Amino acid sequence: MSVDWSRARFYGINGGITLAFICAIGMVEAFDSRSVINPGLTLGIVALVWVPPLLAYLATRRKALEGFEAEPAGAQDLGAGALVGVITGLILVVFVWGVDALLEAGVAIRDVFPRLSPAMIEIVTFGRGLGAGLTILFVGCVGLATAGAALHLLSRPVRRGIEFGLLYVLAFSLLEPVVTDILEDNADALYARTGGLKPSAAAVIFLLTGAITAWTTHRNAPSIRTRYGRMDLDVQRRVTIAGVLISLALFGILPRFLGGIMNELLANIGLFVLMALGLNVVIGLAGILDLGYVAFFAVGAYGTAVLTSPGSPAFSPELSWWVALPIVIILATLAGLVVGTPVIRMRGDYLAIVTLGFGEIVRILFLSDWLSSSFGGSQGIRQIPGIEWFTGEIKGVDPERIFYMVAIFVLVAVYVSWRLQYSRIGRSWMAMREDETVAEAMGINTVTAKLLAFIIGAILASWGGAIFAAKVGSVFPNSFELLVSIIVLVVVIVGGMGNIPGVILGAALLIGVLGGPTQPGLLQEFQEYKLLIYGALLVVVMLVRPEGLLPSTYRSRELHHEEMDQDAWLKAGVGAGIDEEEPAL
Amino acid sequence: MATLDQPQISRSRGRFAGQWVDGFVMLIRIVAIVIITWGLVQFIVQSASGTGGLTGPAFRDLLVAGLAQGAMYGLLALGYSMVYGVLGFINFAHGEVFMAGTVISFFISNALFNAGWWEEAFLLSLLIVLLSSMIISTLTAVIIERVAYRPLRNAPRLIPLITSIGVSFFLQNAFFGLFGPAVKSYPRPPEWLTSRRTILGFEIEGTKLLVIVIAIVASIGLYLFITRTKTGKAMRAVAEDKEIAALMGINVDRTIVTTFAVGGAMAGVAGLSWAILFRGVSFITGFIPGIKAFTAAVVGGIGNLAGAMGGGVFLGLAESVAPLVILEPLGVTGVSQLKDAVAFAVLVLVLIFRPTGLFGERLSARDRV
Repeated sequence: MSVDWSRARFYGINGGITLAFICAIGMVEAFDSRSVINPGLTLGIVALVWVPPLLAYLATRRKALEGFEAEPAGAQDLGAGALVGVITGLILVVFVWGVDALLEAGVAIRDVFPRLSPAMIEIVTFGRGLGAGLTILFVGCVGLATAGAALHLLSRPVRRGIEFGLLYVLAFSLLEPVVTDILEDNADALYARTGGLKPSAAAVIFLLTGAITAWTTHRNAPSIRTRYGRMDLDVQRRVTIAGVLISLALFGILPRFLGGIMNELLANIGLFVLMALGLNVVIGLAGILDLGYVAFFAVGAYGTAVLTSPGSPAFSPELSWWVALPIVIILATLAGLVVGTPVIRMRGDYLAIVTLGFGEIVRILFLSDWLSSSFGGSQGIRQIPGIEWFTGEIKGVDPERIFYMVAIFVLVAVYVSWRLQYSRIGRSWMAMREDETVAEAMGINTVTAKLLAFIIGAILASWGGAIFAAKVGSVFPNSFELLVSIIVLVVVIVGGMGNIPGVILGAALLIGVLGGPTQPGLLQEFQEYKLLIYGALLVVVMLVRPEGLLPSTYRSRELHHEEMDQDAWLKAGVGAGIDEEEPAL
Repeated sequence: MATLDQPQISRSRGRFAGQWVDGFVMLIRIVAIVIITWGLVQFIVQSASGTGGLTGPAFRDLLVAGLAQGAMYGLLALGYSMVYGVLGFINFAHGEVFMAGTVISFFISNALFNAGWWEEAFLLSLLIVLLSSMIISTLTAVIIERVAYRPLRNAPRLIPLITSIGVSFFLQNAFFGLFGPAVKSYPRPPEWLTSRRTILGFEIEGTKLLVIVIAIVASIGLYLFITRTKTGKAMRAVAEDKEIAALMGINVDRTIVTTFAVGGAMAGVAGLSWAILFRGVSFITGFIPGIKAFTAAVVGGIGNLAGAMGGGVFLGLAESVAPLVILEPLGVTGVSQLKDAVAFAVLVLVLIFRPTGLFGERLSARDRV
């Protein structure tokens, strides 16, 4: 038996429910105002179209069992894909039709589901009325799902070409504000006046990038990573230096060409890179799950605010930012010690919740009336001056220079964590992460090592806080909610725990596209749904690729070691749920 | 539930840093004791001299409010405790299981109100809402287990915890998307329930009494289920040792699902308690009570079900009494804002003073070492 029909049915039902859910939470309607390809495709429709092909692709994927030859894909797979599409489409059509009927009948379903609106139905039926619209919808689902399954039939270069071509089209569409900032008037060749790629431009991008990807895959060129790994050590070093210099130069020039909004976005990404690098030391290297990380960010921000602002209620020395910074670092170290010491001997999961508790206590105290005479309560502290620089004061109104400021600190943080990673203490962190008892037996002082990780994380977060305070010009307790800790955690985990480039990539992707807790990203439409997506991402990454997008070599080796153990266990046939185990990526 | 004696393993510690950390923890202990004692002394002095403190009835009201809220925390804590006992990880999304029950049941209570049942047959409608809340919470818990936790059965301990944080955020925002951000207010309970009545010399609001009674009934039911039924026995066996339970012919996966389902049902009961006590529900309702219920589970000793109820009551009382009895006499202003901070402080203090909880942990053989 080569095709698992029950699996196709299962994926189909899931796909249908997912589509109905996306409609019911109002995503389609909210995203519809943004055009991806103009005319023809809005982001609202994109929110739906990815589901059927992806699920059909997954439903017909072969399990690569060790020691077995995988059966080649065949026409049956197209049938399974079509089945996924039929079920998905049926559920969606019935859902839309039902909602429409209920709305027509005057049933007050909007009291329960406020986002179910006639406008949503208008969008998913493409404005052609129920009959024609639903037919298009159904046929579209089946077609897309079959296409998704058909990807297995194609040779690998073609498949990758198509996948990457589509990704690049989407990326170009999302990066519209960046590209227009750089190309200025020339961008008209790519983008329509009312936003969105021109269809011709989309086709060119798709064909070009697709063809390049297909060609490189066909040539079976080793990936940059493998090639880098094969180089001699001194060549490797030279390449690294060249790479770092080139990207530095790129980032040095780029902000000059970008507008204020894009520079603001870059500065936000930088802030999150800074915090994520700190959390990376704590969780990625030392393996301590700190959910109260935002507390250190708050200490940095409030410390700077109290020391520099003339508006600080109780104590305002009105120091310059640079004088305040060392004091803030000392404060963060103390905070790291105070939080770290009592929790250091706790079990890992207790530690997570206790640090979360500390984070909330800090926020509640800053917010309370009790301490409002020192920290301003919910009013916060305002009038925080900018950062003095040779050429004048750097303030939030000048995002370009704030970006350079953030970039300098990010560089220092990268350097520090890179040097730490392979130092004696870094190696003892990694040993501790793997097995605390063994690490202890090997003579590592786990208490000092853990405390050091806490303190270094705290210091990096406090830099972020200090720049944040100067950038925004005011601090409020509500900027330091648990949410910040969680988002930094998602950034670290999605990017790749324990890997510096991974963490930077994670911050750029997530904060850049989706946005931070309060800061908008490239997709302003995501504002309302970004926490939903962060949550879903965290779950999916943990289930599918726990080592993250750019894994650290050590970490993924460890995780795969566990998988090998699990495989051996599964082959013995103990326990249920074997069908759900996908092979490791 | 029988427990084995916990083996005392003395771990080698860093000679200097270890001592230093021990000293610091001792310092925290001393400071905590001094603050609490000083606050209590001040409170007694102020009450006696009539310059502050609380009057007798006000104090009793605080106790009752704390007890009712504590009963709710206890019901929620059962879910954390059971899952921790069986799988050894914190199901961070349990608060959202509770939220799912109360939010969806709101619509049922509203429909009952519109149909006029709420006023005419209050107890029947309450029963319907209770059942719906339990069913929805149970379903949510079971689905979460199936989708998110089962594939991670053998993963390192922190991975399911991180996943459950993701699940928690996803569910919160899914409910935000589906049902909108507005706070939904349950219909007002009838007059005869909300009126105050005197029991054993305590003047107690009917709603709080109802919540306490519901919690007692639910925990007795759970106790009987765990101790008297075959499924309950299987749950205890799986909590003790999964592999050996499997060898004894117990379907481990099904038992784990049952554990989640029972925890979910208790969260559903807690959801109704929340609706009776506070009436307002929204997508963030589950978050803070969830963390506090976890605190309650830790306070009672994780894995220990009687302890979870006890821990809930302890936390509820501490949260309602401590701000006024300990903090206010020390001259802290605006103490009612510090309620949540007190709950977290209780968590930190319990873990510093007695990491195994007030009533002792019951962990599986694997986790104990």
